[in-house]
Amino acid sequence: MMLSEKSIGSLISSFFKQIGALTFFAGHFFKEAIQPPYEFNELLKQCYSVGNRSLPLVSLTGFIIGLVLTLQTRPTLQEFGAVSWMPSMVGISIVREIGPVIIALICAGRVASGIGAELGSMRVTEQIDAMEVSGTNPFKFLVVTRITATTLMVPLLVIYGDVLALYGSFLVEHFKGDVSARLFFNQVFNALNFSDLIPAVIKSVFFGFAIGLVGCFKGYYCEKGTVGVGLAANTAVVMSSLLIFILDFIAVIISDIFYDL
Amino acid sequence: MKSLENIQEQHKEEQLETNDAIIIVEDLEKSFASNHVLNGFNMKLFSGENLVIMGKSGSGKSVMIKCLIGLMKPDRGVINIMGKDIVHLDQSSLDELRADIGFLFQGSALYDSMTVRENLEFPLRRHRERFGKNIEVDHMVLEALESVGLAHTVDLMPGELSGGMQRRVALARTLIMKPKIIFYDEPTSGLDPITSKEIIVLMKKIQQQYKTSALIITHDVDCARVISDRMILLVDGVNYAEGTYQELIKVDDPKVKAFFK
Ligand SMILES: Nc1ncnc2c1ncn2[C@@H]1O[C@H](COP(=O)(O)OP(=O)(O)OP(=O)(O)O)[C@@H](O)[C@H]1O
Ligand SMILES: [Mg+2]
Repeated sequence: MMLSEKSIGSLISSFFKQIGALTFFAGHFFKEAIQPPYEFNELLKQCYSVGNRSLPLVSLTGFIIGLVLTLQTRPTLQEFGAVSWMPSMVGISIVREIGPVIIALICAGRVASGIGAELGSMRVTEQIDAMEVSGTNPFKFLVVTRITATTLMVPLLVIYGDVLALYGSFLVEHFKGDVSARLFFNQVFNALNFSDLIPAVIKSVFFGFAIGLVGCFKGYYCEKGTVGVGLAANTAVVMSSLLIFILDFIAVIISDIFYDL
Repeated sequence: MKSLENIQEQHKEEQLETNDAIIIVEDLEKSFASNHVLNGFNMKLFSGENLVIMGKSGSGKSVMIKCLIGLMKPDRGVINIMGKDIVHLDQSSLDELRADIGFLFQGSALYDSMTVRENLEFPLRRHRERFGKNIEVDHMVLEALESVGLAHTVDLMPGELSGGMQRRVALARTLIMKPKIIFYDEPTSGLDPITSKEIIVLMKKIQQQYKTSALIITHDVDCARVISDRMILLVDGVNYAEGTYQELIKVDDPKVKAFFK
């Protein structure tokens, strides 16, 4: 009993220590991001790499989510004679909640772990030290570019995933309910307004920032040895996924307050 | 047999006469928690000489050299390189000074996501102005690679090279800046005896061709014998013995003898 209490205590304290160190790391990011020189070429490269890493998975998952969501809710709606509500219901739930969260989680799995492993191995093999010695600020070159890239790319990937999910949903409606593309998307866009879209995009920006931040943080301060690299990649996924849920929770509370006003 | 004190005295006198030390290290101390790695290390490197520092694995050789290049902050002590106080130098002056110092990392530390060419071009990013407006980057890259005999690898990735070739490319990467001083952190570690010999011959050739001074860290006795003008034995975080190779092998002291078994 004593032991488990102790370990829970140390777990909680280490969690808050991590959050503190992460906040400090984020502060360092903003400081370095503002000051020139800017590494535009490297930023483009990283944007490409984030997209490249996650595009296939995001496409597949987005499409399947739309498909499955529609197939599963269809019988229930049919029972109440409300199948015509399908496009608006699917549209709202995907754009507001399911799209951003699922796609961010996929990016956490692909991108945060990739960045953690990449920077981790650069740390362990002294490549980061070599960069510093050769006069290039490694924090600017490696960390600032990667965090900026994920912050820019994750919202784009979310929007792209949303579109594919809606398309998947349309296919089901088209073949099962004989709904035309025009009718389906008209209904979707009638149901959605800016107050659905904007919070979702803002939320995705924060998700992207969290993914890059955690991946870089874990990799940049990687422990020596190959075990350290594996650990950096692993904990980056766990921590960024956790952060995504926490951020989502905060986002829901905030948008709820605005909705009430 | 000469006693240790005799040699030490003799060298102190020699050092008082020659006043062209380009690196002066005094009372260097560095600990990690309770692990006292350096306990008052002293050293001078004179212009044009090859100084070898020998020590067991884990004796703090890498820590010492990282303090010298400013990658680690010492707890106490003075480090003066070419008249500049490394410990209290601001970032831009430190970068400026580092351009005059080549650093060969223990594990080569080539950037594994870049080609050999990009690896060599990397240090030039920040220090182009040193070589005038219209420098021929391609020419410099090939020249540096030729001096290590690897011009044909220019478009390969580091992963496609053997360990010995990687070490030589890393050496070329430090040479491209035309450094005045080169720090070698275990230039022959992890290489077979024949490849080690090649690297040692290369180091000698480079010293003659580029007229550099060198600080060489090693636990390889053969390397020390061939390359050293003078040696320092690092034991328990202090310079335990100093002298030429020929002097030190005659010393009748168990800790010194252990190095030359
Ligand atoms: N960043 C660090 N944090 C904590 N301890 C460290 C760190 N770097 C080195 N040490 C400790 O300092 C000591 C000296 O390490 P160092 O890498 O300098 O050894 P070395 O003489 O270069 O050995 P080798 O010949 O194996 O390279 C070791 O006990 C190591 O555990
Ligand atoms: Mg070492």
